[in-house]
Amino acid sequence: MKNALAWLDQRTGYKALVHEALFENVPGGARWRYVWGSTLTFFFSVQVITGLFLWMSYSPSSQTAWESVYFIQHHVWGGWFLRGLHHFVAQAMTVLLVLHLMQVIIDGAYKAPREVNYWFGVLLLLLILALSLTGYLLPWDQNGYWATAVSTNIVGMSPGIGPSLLPLAVGGASYGHLTLTRFFALHAGVIPGLIIVLIVGHVYLFRRHGLTPKQPVTRADEGFWPEQVLRDAVACLAVLLVVVFFVVREHGAPLGAPADPSEQFSAARPEWYFLFLFQLLKYFPGNAEIIGAIVLPTLSLVVLVAIPILGRWKLGHRFNLGFVGVMLFGIALLSWQAVAADRKDAEFQVARVGAARDAARAVELANGGVPITGALSLVRDDAYTQGPRLFSRNCASCHRYDGHDGLGNALPTDSISASDLKGFGSRAWLTGFLNADTILTKRYWGGTEHAEGDMAMYLSDHIPETEQARATRENVVMALSSRATLPSQAALDARDSVRIAAGIQFMRDTKAGCAECHVFQDVGTDSPELTAWGSRQWMIDFVSDPAHPRFFGRDNDRMPSFAKEKSLSDREIALVVDWIRGEWYRPKVATPSPAR
Amino acid sequence: MTDPHQSPPDRRNFVSKAAAVVVGGLVAVVAPVAGLVTFLDPLRRKSDTRGMVRVTSLTSLPDSGEPRKFPVLDTLVDAWNKTENVPVGSVYVQKTGDNAVRVLSAVCPHLGCSVGFNAANKGFYCPCHKSSFSLDGAILDPKSPSPRAMDELIAEVRGDGDVWVKFQSFRKGSPEKIPV
Repeated sequence: MKNALAWLDQRTGYKALVHEALFENVPGGARWRYVWGSTLTFFFSVQVITGLFLWMSYSPSSQTAWESVYFIQHHVWGGWFLRGLHHFVAQAMTVLLVLHLMQVIIDGAYKAPREVNYWFGVLLLLLILALSLTGYLLPWDQNGYWATAVSTNIVGMSPGIGPSLLPLAVGGASYGHLTLTRFFALHAGVIPGLIIVLIVGHVYLFRRHGLTPKQPVTRADEGFWPEQVLRDAVACLAVLLVVVFFVVREHGAPLGAPADPSEQFSAARPEWYFLFLFQLLKYFPGNAEIIGAIVLPTLSLVVLVAIPILGRWKLGHRFNLGFVGVMLFGIALLSWQAVAADRKDAEFQVARVGAARDAARAVELANGGVPITGALSLVRDDAYTQGPRLFSRNCASCHRYDGHDGLGNALPTDSISASDLKGFGSRAWLTGFLNADTILTKRYWGGTEHAEGDMAMYLSDHIPETEQARATRENVVMALSSRATLPSQAALDARDSVRIAAGIQFMRDTKAGCAECHVFQDVGTDSPELTAWGSRQWMIDFVSDPAHPRFFGRDNDRMPSFAKEKSLSDREIALVVDWIRGEWYRPKVATPSPAR
Repeated sequence: MTDPHQSPPDRRNFVSKAAAVVVGGLVAVVAPVAGLVTFLDPLRRKSDTRGMVRVTSLTSLPDSGEPRKFPVLDTLVDAWNKTENVPVGSVYVQKTGDNAVRVLSAVCPHLGCSVGFNAANKGFYCPCHKSSFSLDGAILDPKSPSPRAMDELIAEVRGDGDVWVKFQSFRKGSPEKIPV
């Protein structure tokens, strides 16, 4: 063994190299404040390793990026942990960068002869932030997509070269395959390559000039090995434990719904360490935006780069300390303001709940297998996801769904002019509808012209007063509700078949029952027709053309004929109807837990 | 830079060294282990999960017993993608009796190339390494690089002459036919 090592050393000189690496002199002895550079180097190597393994399962294209990340997160053995490690180490590195910078500034480690090394450090800082920015897009989820849209458009705002830079960054006029391939090549190739070169230079220059000791030096010098190595290792372990805590708590890293350029995403926010830039933009509205977006960040950067030169003046070091202090305080303040503003923003909170719901639903749909057109095509054809959106856009100007717009946003009560459609067709809904008092509330027809119509009049003339009359009304509710064949009521409909039959009997009565007016099965003459009232097809036909003689005919009160006017496609009408009816795809087996 | 001739500060504290090695080793293994676990994921996935698939009907086969090649249409699961009713491979089907068939996988048992049928020689022939097989799939040439005959698949004729096949893969380059 000894001979073999001697042979190797003679050929490679590795012993001198190891000696050189480990027995660096630490003036004044090992200290905790020197650990930041080592921890950063260590966590960069963690990112290289976890990144390479993620690469083995990742596929950059707009139909496979979200899908492959979903696969890593939910199906690959330990994939959630690997992804979480990569995600949270990236967050930890931004914190470590700030600590490292602070230590360098406070100890004056940027001063001659270490200026060049300081500039290497600033470049490394920027490159690592660039890694965060490019990495955020790669899962191709809503958050990454919209955050990247904003950041690339800020690049496009830069004077002169901006408009040419934008298509170069995006890979074309719009975001897609080439944005992903470009960002991926930058994220996994170009930027890490530059970082490795710069780290080598940074460490070389660091060794060349030696460590900047904390003044005054009172203790004896020590070797880098083992005292400083031990401190570095313990610091790495501490940070790693925090990271693993978050990985386990969050079960990996967040993954939103697949990116959809056509879908408004009100929950879009950058990563927390870019929130200050996001907040800064708010203070420079209109034409002044460029000040917040480009001028101020660039100026700060110029000062940061100039720190070694400024430091030569008499008060330079104090100025530098003050500048970095103010900058960090400003960043902290802006970040806090951004968080506080979002907390108070009810609309943003609703959007976040909606985003989480969509994300979970996308995973549920993808668990059934993703078509080659991508997960977005599953989401776009899903009643559970699209129903509320279509309702909010097309129905909520008059109707409500459980009092809101379908997505959970509150709306002014004076805009209600039609019924609340939550539970439409159910017994509970009909019990309120077939009641002389409640039909005139805004939950039903209170805001419509039908409040003055025959139906409301019939109900006020026929208030059930005897036990028998009340039972008959209940039977009618059950019978009519059973026509809707709601999946959620299938068991109830089967159980109450006798009372439903009695209710149908009454409905068919052309003297005193519903068929006195309404068409029902083979009896009655007037509309709206009740034969398959509330069923899926009946609802689709109704939404398509409520003014059809089968429905309200000339009595129709303001409701648009969505299909006839081509304001909604047949598929869109079916999606919103299925959503109101609670009929959407439900996985046959329980969603596999990501841990498996 | 330190002078290589200068001896390092003499602090050979055994406890510090041992602790540095243990803690350093601990933090160093986390990322490689997390990565390796995901890398080993394919080992725990079963590949042979297909049931019987209908490939053709008896009427499409010549009575002479000459093989015809048919695509096998089934559900293709490729990582996250799932596609119904697409070709997942192809098979040779021969009529061996009034209501009997022989189905051979078109995958060469040698190293997995696609085997062709040569009507002139009435035999199968692999273009990659020149394995040749007779009509029933047996090795034709003793010098053939294929270690075994073509893989016959489980097949049955159902109902009105529909040919159903269990489409499987077998280990390549092995004298025995071992499903994978």
